[in-house]
Amino acid sequence: MFSLLGVPPQVLFGQLLLGLINGSFYALLSLGLAVIFGMLNVINFAHGALYMVGAFVAWLLLTYAGVGYWGALVVAPVVVGLLGIVLEKTMLSRLYKLDHLYGLLLTFGLALILEGAFRHQYGVSGQPYPIPAALQGGQNLGFMFLPNYRAWVVVASLTVCFGTWFAIERTKLGAYLRAATENPTLVQAFGINVPVMVSLTYGFGVALAGLAGVLAAPIYQVSPLMGTNLIIIVFAVVVIGGMGSILGAIITGLGLGLLEGLTKVFYPEASNIVVFVVMAIVLLIKPAGLFGRER
Amino acid sequence: MPDGMQTKTARTGTAMLEIADLHGFYGESHVLHGVSLEVRQGEVVTLLGRNGAGKTSTMRAVMGIMGKRTGSIRFQGTELIGMAQHKIPRLGIGYVPEERGIFSSLSVDENLTLPPVVKEGGMTVPQIHDLFPNLKGRGSTQGTRLSGGEQQMLAIARILRTGATLILLDEPTEGLAPVIIEQIGVAVRALKARGFTIVLVEQNFRFAATIADRHYVMEEGHVVDMIPNDQLQANMDKLHTYLGV
Repeated sequence: MFSLLGVPPQVLFGQLLLGLINGSFYALLSLGLAVIFGMLNVINFAHGALYMVGAFVAWLLLTYAGVGYWGALVVAPVVVGLLGIVLEKTMLSRLYKLDHLYGLLLTFGLALILEGAFRHQYGVSGQPYPIPAALQGGQNLGFMFLPNYRAWVVVASLTVCFGTWFAIERTKLGAYLRAATENPTLVQAFGINVPVMVSLTYGFGVALAGLAGVLAAPIYQVSPLMGTNLIIIVFAVVVIGGMGSILGAIITGLGLGLLEGLTKVFYPEASNIVVFVVMAIVLLIKPAGLFGRER
Repeated sequence: MPDGMQTKTARTGTAMLEIADLHGFYGESHVLHGVSLEVRQGEVVTLLGRNGAGKTSTMRAVMGIMGKRTGSIRFQGTELIGMAQHKIPRLGIGYVPEERGIFSSLSVDENLTLPPVVKEGGMTVPQIHDLFPNLKGRGSTQGTRLSGGEQQMLAIARILRTGATLILLDEPTEGLAPVIIEQIGVAVRALKARGFTIVLVEQNFRFAATIADRHYVMEEGHVVDMIPNDQLQANMDKLHTYLGV
């Protein structure tokens, strides 16, 4: 058996895989945040809570309606997206003329309410969610064991991330989105209903969080606090990648997940803070973020 | 006056845009004080006046980009005040803002095809390229990498695809070299020949005099005079006083 830098390959690749999985979630969540920030100029603090709601919708569907994983994968993002559209229409849309801080405060409050409500109902201990039958088991790759479900999570989130990137950067609909991000007044003056676009963008951004929640349910437990634990790191990812940059969010998310994994192998004590150390360094050297544009 | 359209026989063309006693506000500040003017089909009309006279605000009021408007703005008989902002351009009004509004995150082609087609009869992309040869072969360039003059051409070009019949052009010559101004002038005359109705905001009335049929002079948020282009020479002294040149 060979070893790399004195580390057994099973350990190294195991941690890299874990890092890749975490990175997939960081990417999905920070992508949604970047899309929302670009269009609405709102720092969506409710993102982690809506990720949690996505996971809970999957769990509730399974427990009370008998709808399994694959159904939940479609239904939960739609439910979370619709919830987002309602929140945007009734509350967020009133704040666009005010300082960004108000949007942040509102979404932070919403996050507390959502998490409090679920904690009241279901307690803080996690609810288990089974891996779907089709994805149980794993492959022995020789140098490591690859659980099928984890491979699926990486492939699925990468597909969604790059699909979203393609839709925004390369399609007509994306051109409207990019234009409205730059100059909503003018896009409206071309005859496009920008407020509706804004609502749909918010709905789509939080639907991505809901999707991440469903993907996460079989890996982590479904718990009211699962979003809080994750969202702080995701905000660091967004800051490192550059606010509002789509590709930046995806690449930074994956990269930091891997970096975290590597740190766990070589210097485990630092694994919890490595993302924040990187954030501090990036902010010192390039305040707009790695992929961000100076404003 | 719902049947104001029927005056067309008495005039050179149908009244396309009729503004009556228009007041406009940005928040607390009252910027338009009873603007009244009329633009007939196929005409090129300029709004002249000093900075802050309300020319740009009049255009923005037509497009609904203004906090509050009172009075009346009719386009082909349809009242625009109170209409949802995104529905106004869909009636066939194209807006070319003063700052040009070329999107930096869009390529030239994406900028060109961004405004949705709202009516039949818009120009095709090859026709637009004939009018503005500078834009040909630049499709994948980032919009804001074009020169100022080319960005102005692109800002006009993207409206021509949409089938809009009334074009609001806000200071198309601002900051451009004389040779580019010449090119823009040729294009605007070509558009007039195609039957477009054009409202032009201009500081440069020498440029305006080469294309316009009539000139409205604005001061302090309302129209103070109307000078037909063929009487421009006779009114030069008056105009100099208005514009303070």
